[in-house]
Amino acid sequence: MRDTTVARVAIPARLASPRRVVRARGALLALCSLPMALFFLVPLAALLLRVSPADVLANLVDRQVAQAIQLSIGTTLITLALTVLAGTPVAYLLARRRFRGRVLLDTLLDLPMVLPPAVAGIALLITFGRRGLIGQGLDAAGIQLAFTPAAVILAQTFVAAPFYVKAAAAAFGTVDRELEQAAALDGAGALGVFRHITLPLTLPALFGGAVMTWARALGEFGATIIFAGNFPGRTQTMPLAIYLGFELDFSVALTLAIVLLVISFAVLLVVKGVLRQRIQSTVA
Amino acid sequence: MRRLRTSASLTVLAVLLSALLADCGGDATAGGGGAPSAARPVTLNVFAAASLKDAFTAIGDAFHSAHPNVTVTFNFAGSDTLAQQITQGGAPADIFASANTQQMDTVVRGGDIDGSRVKVFTHNRIEVIFPKSNPAHIQTLQDLARPGLKLVLAAPAVPAGQYARDFFTRASADAAFGPSYKDAVLKNVVSSETDVKAVLAKVALGEADAGIVYTTDTATKASDLGTLAIPDNLNTIAVYPIGVVKGSKQATTAQQFVDAVLAPDGQATLARFGFLPAGQGPQYTPLAGA
Repeated sequence: MRDTTVARVAIPARLASPRRVVRARGALLALCSLPMALFFLVPLAALLLRVSPADVLANLVDRQVAQAIQLSIGTTLITLALTVLAGTPVAYLLARRRFRGRVLLDTLLDLPMVLPPAVAGIALLITFGRRGLIGQGLDAAGIQLAFTPAAVILAQTFVAAPFYVKAAAAAFGTVDRELEQAAALDGAGALGVFRHITLPLTLPALFGGAVMTWARALGEFGATIIFAGNFPGRTQTMPLAIYLGFELDFSVALTLAIVLLVISFAVLLVVKGVLRQRIQSTVA
Repeated sequence: MRRLRTSASLTVLAVLLSALLADCGGDATAGGGGAPSAARPVTLNVFAAASLKDAFTAIGDAFHSAHPNVTVTFNFAGSDTLAQQITQGGAPADIFASANTQQMDTVVRGGDIDGSRVKVFTHNRIEVIFPKSNPAHIQTLQDLARPGLKLVLAAPAVPAGQYARDFFTRASADAAFGPSYKDAVLKNVVSSETDVKAVLAKVALGEADAGIVYTTDTATKASDLGTLAIPDNLNTIAVYPIGVVKGSKQATTAQQFVDAVLAPDGQATLARFGFLPAGQGPQYTPLAGA
């Protein structure tokens, strides 16, 4: 115990550690990081090692696999567009206005990120299903959502949109209000200020949030299978095809898992590259 | 002092690593097997087909009353999922109860169950269900082919889903249905669910106009549902085989549970949930060479 006290006092005097010590600390830190890095790396590498590239290519031309990839990409892009359109005003409202219920709205948006996706699926089913709260009226008007691609998009949006809205709200909150006020004094309208000042300053963060939403939508499973069901070409997205492939044809499941892995990794990597460039050019 | 902290970190790392290694070692020696002493607490992991949920839960409770030291935990899912979990993932199952022979064959072929010791413990059959309000006005089996009807089935990999499709094939060969029956019905399928209970839930909720499940599934949900029987000559009598998994650490207790399922009490419980007796119908033939 006494030894510790002495050492604690001694540390400030030695803040400028010799390079050798810094390097040793770095090596130790790397060593301590190794278990977690391996924990993520090995299972993903196992996926890649399990099937030969020839098998992956052979499975890719399989109609059901191609349909799943097509459906996943189509629905997630629509989900993304809807999220940006409907989510940007919400994010702006949360960042710029103080109003009654603001905390409630903010917490409401946290919920889909915390709840199990199965809860989202059941909630959507009893809302938009044939006998649901809103679905009843829609059904009377001849619109049925359950078991259609529209249901897939609703499920994805419900679960994934908050990622964009939260990121966008945080970004809008960081913009220097004096810049906006200056632009307004120079005669820019509210929309002009948003377009020429707010948007360019927050674009990297908005882009990052949008990508998180897209990635989450791409992986959506629980809400989709409950609300949209599972039918090839209509509601069977890649995660559903992977789950059913696990039971029916393991190599199909592996192929789709690898496709999902490669797409996600590539997109996230590219986005990180783009973001870093933007940040560097903003700084410079 | 710095060296002291370094070595502390290293110790933590070493403990973590040795914990990891110990876990690997545990798995490798799991094949041992052995009889538990009467007082030792034992947890029995039973992997059972989703359709068995209610009946097996009741049998499990009775077994726990008779053997208080044994806690029976169930993993209910589609038989195909369970077979994959046992053969691919080496899941810690003590018992596998399948809703068909193919999935039991998969596990026997994978070397995880001794085929010669597998027993058939019950039989089951499928029927058509529809919401009580009957939005599609289903009166006969032929109505399933009516365009625009929303039909939900279990996926083809799930036994109940396969039997439903077998029914359409047989019906198509029957003059009362006509050769186009199968294609017309399959056009109405809006979803292939991952297990038979999901089919039941979606029909009971009124989201689908009709579904095909086991007669045993409707035994507990009769108030929300209408049913339509599928005649014997078009139906598939589902065979339910059960077996003790080779790697089980409590093989003796596991065998006792299997015996309890086959005993008159267990059979009576199964009958209460709509299952057919073990002796009535086809039996399990072990794979050639397994």
